[in-house]
Amino acid sequence: MIFVVVPAYNEEKKIGRVIRGLFEHGWQNVIVVDDGSNDQTAEVAKEAGARVAKHTLNLGQGAALQTGNDMANRLGAEVVVHFDGDGQFNPADIAPAIDKMRQAGVQAILGSKVLDSRSQIPFLKKYCILPVGRVINFLFTGVWLSDAHNGFRILNREVLEKINLEHNGMAHNTEIVSKLKKGGFKFLEIPVEVRYNEFGQGVMGGFKIIKDLILGFFIK
Amino acid sequence: MLFIQGLLVIFFVFAIVKVIARYRSGDLTGKVMIFWIIFWLLAGTAVILPNTTFYLARIFGVTRGADAVVYVGLALVFYLVFRLMARQEKINRDITVIVRQLALKDIDKK
Repeated sequence: MIFVVVPAYNEEKKIGRVIRGLFEHGWQNVIVVDDGSNDQTAEVAKEAGARVAKHTLNLGQGAALQTGNDMANRLGAEVVVHFDGDGQFNPADIAPAIDKMRQAGVQAILGSKVLDSRSQIPFLKKYCILPVGRVINFLFTGVWLSDAHNGFRILNREVLEKINLEHNGMAHNTEIVSKLKKGGFKFLEIPVEVRYNEFGQGVMGGFKIIKDLILGFFIK
Repeated sequence: MLFIQGLLVIFFVFAIVKVIARYRSGDLTGKVMIFWIIFWLLAGTAVILPNTTFYLARIFGVTRGADAVVYVGLALVFYLVFRLMARQEKINRDITVIVRQLALKDIDKK
């Protein structure tokens, strides 16, 4: 069974469309993790037909994804797709990604917005933030990725069972890559389309990620 | 003894009394109590006998005892801030576990 985990925070205006888009592409097992929203995200998601888990506090996207992973695991998922709840991703990218995963015999797929030209990436992000992000990701994980912080990923059950996300915030992106490598899991990047409604992670967000990663070394 | 010395000594004695009281009420472990008592005793010594800081300065290769006290104090403050940040992160992780359990408690009924 394939589950799509959608972390969402204050996305009442977009979450319904995201869920309907997933249903239209044949992905019926959708889990929305409402990360302590103070709007009607959970209610809209339920009404749209998704299974909903609701955090009583806002913890961060990493925490929401792990909650979604745990829920999918308990419901018997064989594969989990991470799919942002803000409408950035294209549900049409999921099927080719899963096919690629099976053909290549890998245990995880990581999305990359730079491997094709569908995504209109803001200039500052494309030429400043993404390159720096690649280097920082390499320093922390030893893995060179074309897109170090992309929320689209697919994990098989083996990965789901072995990887537990400890970073609640955006440092979970680097944590996942690091744990995939340490766990000896095979993974590859595939092109995905990202539609930017807002800028996303900026420079200050990047500093917070680095701080969280360094602090994470000292806390077990 | 100068007025400021007297004031500081009173403050340090008060601090030691508070540390012992917190240990007795179970808020502090024995190790932490000993650390803070030694810390306040050393601080009191430096205040009552400022010339002792000269020895500290010699160890660190610094000219003035007051400078050595500032450097050591600053390093200690940074270390304590780091410890606080680490403790806060641990608390955040514990909160996450609880929030997650609450979010998933009805999962089998969904």
